[in-house]
Amino acid sequence: MPLRAVETFEEWRESARELLAAGISPEEVTWAGPSQTLFTPESAHAGQSAGTQNFSVPPEFIERARTVACHLDVSRWELLYRMLWRLTHGERHLLKDSADDDVSRFQRMHKAVTRDVHKMKAFVRFRKVEVGSEERFIAWHRPDHRIVRLAAPFFARRFPAMEWTILTPAESVSWDQQELRYGPGVPASEAPEGDVLEDLWKTYYVSTFNPARIKMKTMKKEMPVRHWPTLPETALIPEMLEQAGQRVTAMINTREGFETTATSYFPERMTWKNVAEAAQHCKACHLHEHATQTVFGAGAKKPEIVIIGEQPGDREDLEGEPFVGPAGQLLDEALAGAKIDRASVYITNVVKHFKFTHKGKRRLHQKPNAREISACRPWLEAELEILKPSSIVLLGATAAQALLGRDFRITRQRGEMMKSEWCDRTIATWHPAAILRMPDQDRRRQMKDDLTLDLAAVR
Amino acid sequence: MDVREKLAILADAAKYDASCASSGSKATRPGSKLGSTEGMGICHSYTPDGRCVSLLKILLTNYCIYDCQYCVNRISSDTPRARFTVEEVVSLTLEFYRRNYIEGLFLSSGIIQNSNYTMEQLTLVAKTLRQEHQYGGYIHLKTIPNADPELIQEAGLWADRLSVNIELPTENDLHQLAPEKKKVEIVQSMSGIREKIDEFKADRKEGFNAPRFAPAGQSTQMIVGATPTSDQEILQTATELYTGQNLRRVYYSAYSPIPHADARLPAQSPPLVREHRLYQADWLMRFYGFSSEEIVTEADRNLALDIDPKLAWALANRHFFPVDVNRASREELLRVPGMGVRSVDRVLQIRRHRQLRSEDLKKLRVAWKRTRIFVQTADRNPGLLNLESLNLRQQLQPARKQLLLFDAATSATTGEV
Repeated sequence: MPLRAVETFEEWRESARELLAAGISPEEVTWAGPSQTLFTPESAHAGQSAGTQNFSVPPEFIERARTVACHLDVSRWELLYRMLWRLTHGERHLLKDSADDDVSRFQRMHKAVTRDVHKMKAFVRFRKVEVGSEERFIAWHRPDHRIVRLAAPFFARRFPAMEWTILTPAESVSWDQQELRYGPGVPASEAPEGDVLEDLWKTYYVSTFNPARIKMKTMKKEMPVRHWPTLPETALIPEMLEQAGQRVTAMINTREGFETTATSYFPERMTWKNVAEAAQHCKACHLHEHATQTVFGAGAKKPEIVIIGEQPGDREDLEGEPFVGPAGQLLDEALAGAKIDRASVYITNVVKHFKFTHKGKRRLHQKPNAREISACRPWLEAELEILKPSSIVLLGATAAQALLGRDFRITRQRGEMMKSEWCDRTIATWHPAAILRMPDQDRRRQMKDDLTLDLAAVR
Repeated sequence: MDVREKLAILADAAKYDASCASSGSKATRPGSKLGSTEGMGICHSYTPDGRCVSLLKILLTNYCIYDCQYCVNRISSDTPRARFTVEEVVSLTLEFYRRNYIEGLFLSSGIIQNSNYTMEQLTLVAKTLRQEHQYGGYIHLKTIPNADPELIQEAGLWADRLSVNIELPTENDLHQLAPEKKKVEIVQSMSGIREKIDEFKADRKEGFNAPRFAPAGQSTQMIVGATPTSDQEILQTATELYTGQNLRRVYYSAYSPIPHADARLPAQSPPLVREHRLYQADWLMRFYGFSSEEIVTEADRNLALDIDPKLAWALANRHFFPVDVNRASREELLRVPGMGVRSVDRVLQIRRHRQLRSEDLKKLRVAWKRTRIFVQTADRNPGLLNLESLNLRQQLQPARKQLLLFDAATSATTGEV
């Protein structure tokens, strides 16, 4: 009975050809790995001329057999030869029959090897080693099968401009930016320890984990525990699991809720009077701490037009009325120019508390930030809901962006009549305070004319 | 703040986005010195939540001028804030990639200053990686819906995939929870991207050497369970996006408790299994020829939670069965519970040469316990007798308790679900 000891696919192929040519059936051959033979086998390299005869098998078989040959199960040679025999002895379509015992084993082995290759692509972790000015990337990995030659070309394509080495217990491979060189296996103790980046990588790993969803089974299925020792981040898993419960509780406890916006201060019945009253006690943001009082909207209660500014200024803060300072005077002039009676309109602001910094004795206006605007906006929305104006005039970028979206650009879209969520005729224009601050005389006159014209447009 | 602290904040802020795949790009960019896009969907690690770590998924910044209620980064949230520089993101991506930790970069951002500025910053990261470092790995950019089309076009030149999040399944949901976002605007952005992708493909077909544009296509994500919207409506929206916008993937993300959450959000989270069922249903629509109308069989227009959607459909459509494995068409076979695309294709191959018996199907590793009730084989299949049984659903339903998100808190300590 012939005994064949082979190690690689090429050796098997040569032996198989020879056996097939001699008409030796699978039952008559014993296959062994090189180390499993007690006595010298008939060498695969004996160079018998029988090996020259060619047999026709589907190319798919050769291609897949090359992969299956990397499986560590010694019975693979026997399986491959039996399939080769069947393919050449009347069962040419054998590979199509996935329910055949040999084929299904062949497919399972093939899958095990390709999965192992895939895991090598995924789980190799390079560590940077600097020798003088040279840097090398070295990894130690423990595959289940002899797959280094199958996976190495992938790494060469992925890291062409890097000098790297992958060590495994059975074989190793290096890339010098030119070609792949294969060498003997190396124990884990020979691999470099640690990398400066590992700390950052672990930080990322912990942060990207959502403690509210634990699925350890899925994790272990996809990242088998036997690979864990070579993956630096896996050392953190026990701690992550231990803290997950606490973190979820903390997440649930830090729900912020309504107290951060004006809606938490809303009255039960939403009439204008109730809302205006309730707004006096608003603490949705910290602006109430320093302002004198809430400056709510004022004017006609059945207005055609609602005019909306940014926030009260120094005078408004003291008097509790919107637009009574210098900007208010300019607005009055523009309203008169547009032939609009101030008593017929309703005037309000997006933010109802004065925000300022001290400069000497003066209180200087400060732009409200987005957090403050979002906390206060529900008051404005309530005003609009109650008053239902047929036109809205937005003064300045803050008001316009609060109602029309953050991408609104006053310089580009001023004077355009638009549809908004609250009414069909919404227009944005210059804020009177911006006009007052304009140093250029001509430009200031122009802006004031614009304001008057825009107001006239909604009359 | 150092890079490590920023990374902790900006990775944490990005983890609620479900997209993770690094697949779909066909070839690596020519001239790449580092990185490739071959090898579909390599997951380099897994976290205990069962999700794969394939990309460096971070935000450029979690400052945001918007106030979407379901989002931890909304303006009114008190979450800690950070901002990466373009250089920091580029360097992290390259260094992680060199060590084979990741397949590439998934970059999203809170909206700062305005949409255009934010989009420019995102694009600059991708451009720097490609041009200055000849980086050929995967890049997925989350586009900002209101940014100018020219900016999104430029992003598509450097990225492999672009995505715009639909966020919530319906216009009404958006109105409730993300008042500053409009479905029309979101869908418009998607169709802008789709048109560019189509244009690029057409140019390539004509033989022009057109510059690559988002070769891995576009995807989106929607949050499920933050509003009462039914699965039927969710799948309807997904269908619209698959057919209308030619999306590669729709990701469903079960609304998960977030720190600093607004009280308008539901107090309890949806069971994780709902998210799982939606993915199964989505899969059936994309690869098995099911439509969104037929897939939901429950009276409340939600997917059944106790059994998978294909089995639910089969139980509700028993007149369709038994299916003869030796005669039925591919489409019919695909509707048999327990049989996947792979086993169906194997059945088709085998039966060209011989008849299939029950034993053969078992060897093909179909889920025989389920499959046997619905198929006719060349031999006698006693399983078929159960097809008319009234308590078939109980027989087939796995005896498992539903997992609720909040149960996770307790199971977290034991480590098992």
